[in-house]
Amino acid sequence: MAANPMSQFDVYRIGPEIKVGAFDISFTNASLFMILSTVSILLVFNLGSKKNSILPNKIQLLAELSYTFVSKMISDTAGSKAKPYFAFIFSLFMFVLFCNMFGMIPYTFTVTSHIIVTFVLAAFIFIGVTVIGFIKHGFGYLKLFIPSGVPAVLLPLIVVIEIISYLSRPISLSVRLFANMMAGHTMMKVFGGFVISLGIVGGWLPLSFSVALTGLEILVAFLQAYVFAILTCIYLNDALNLHH
Amino acid sequence: MVKKIYFQSIFLSFFFIKEAFAAESGGMPQLNPEFWVSQIFWLILTFGIMYLVLSKLILPKISNNLESRKSQILENIEAAEKQREDSDTKLKEYDEIISKSKLEANSIFNQAREKALKDISAKREVLDKQIDNEIAEAEKEIDALRKNASDKINKIAIETSSELLQKLIGADVNNSSISAIVNDLSKRNGDKYYGN
Repeated sequence: MAANPMSQFDVYRIGPEIKVGAFDISFTNASLFMILSTVSILLVFNLGSKKNSILPNKIQLLAELSYTFVSKMISDTAGSKAKPYFAFIFSLFMFVLFCNMFGMIPYTFTVTSHIIVTFVLAAFIFIGVTVIGFIKHGFGYLKLFIPSGVPAVLLPLIVVIEIISYLSRPISLSVRLFANMMAGHTMMKVFGGFVISLGIVGGWLPLSFSVALTGLEILVAFLQAYVFAILTCIYLNDALNLHH
Repeated sequence: MVKKIYFQSIFLSFFFIKEAFAAESGGMPQLNPEFWVSQIFWLILTFGIMYLVLSKLILPKISNNLESRKSQILENIEAAEKQREDSDTKLKEYDEIISKSKLEANSIFNQAREKALKDISAKREVLDKQIDNEIAEAEKEIDALRKNASDKINKIAIETSSELLQKLIGADVNNSSISAIVNDLSKRNGDKYYGN
């Protein structure tokens, strides 16, 4: 029943079951919205980069503003050394943003509201950043866990805390995005359900909440994509510049 | 306020799920591993393709567009600056020409004035001389006239007195004796008539 606020997160198969070995890689509604997001990203940015006019049209302006926005974000947080990773962070930001925004359309599926999706992204970032750190600094990268200016007595404790905080990065990164998306969408569904159950007499209050929440959720959708990208930049900055 | 409502509603929503729909579904669909592999597979596929297309085809184009626009704007600014400098130098030249021509005009004016003054003074001198000459001549003439006048008066006096005598007496009188008397009288009274 659609009244269940969690049923919007159900993944179901579209078309036949596809199995590769023991793995089920069937095409699902999640796959559909991943494809929709990526295709719309490619469409927008392809249109936005096609013509090179001195006075950009709207879509070109959109593409160029996004480009400068992300490039400024990267250079502000991770410095000029992060330039080779610009394309990845740009794709990451756009992918999360478009998935979040697609989720705001009624009856759609929010790809980023699934912990497995955000966790795969976060784990990839975590592993990638760690590998980059070890390539750039060798075992000197382990100095990341020894903050400067800490008294020697506290050092064992601090190092343990630092390692735990480093290892929890993929979890915090993925859970933050997933929980925000899930909570927001659940709440909107709950308020929508209240509108129906309270009817024409009392339904106006939850309806107004729903309207306000929609605005809030659009903000959250953008903000979480931004946070996801900027945290990636900060982790990358640790790996590239090793400030400790 | 909004935050409080937000968290309350999250709490409420979980309550709602657990109480009202506990029987219907098994909690969060996110934790059902049935489609995890499928989601990972499609995520890697779509994200990978998008990353490749963006990084190889689209982003270089956008950065190219931005660069070319930047360089073109810089070029235009440079050209504009150059033109401004040109116009500045031209303005300076123009100012110089104007000040020069002003000086020239001044000097020409001064020269003309001096020349005019000189002419005037020269002409005045000539005129003064002429006037002096004329005055001198006139004085001479007056002098001559004055001298002649006494002679003429004497002559007239002699003639009239001789004619008077002739009419009165009826006989010719010797002119020389009359002229002697007239001369004698005029010498005696000349000072009275002519102021000499």
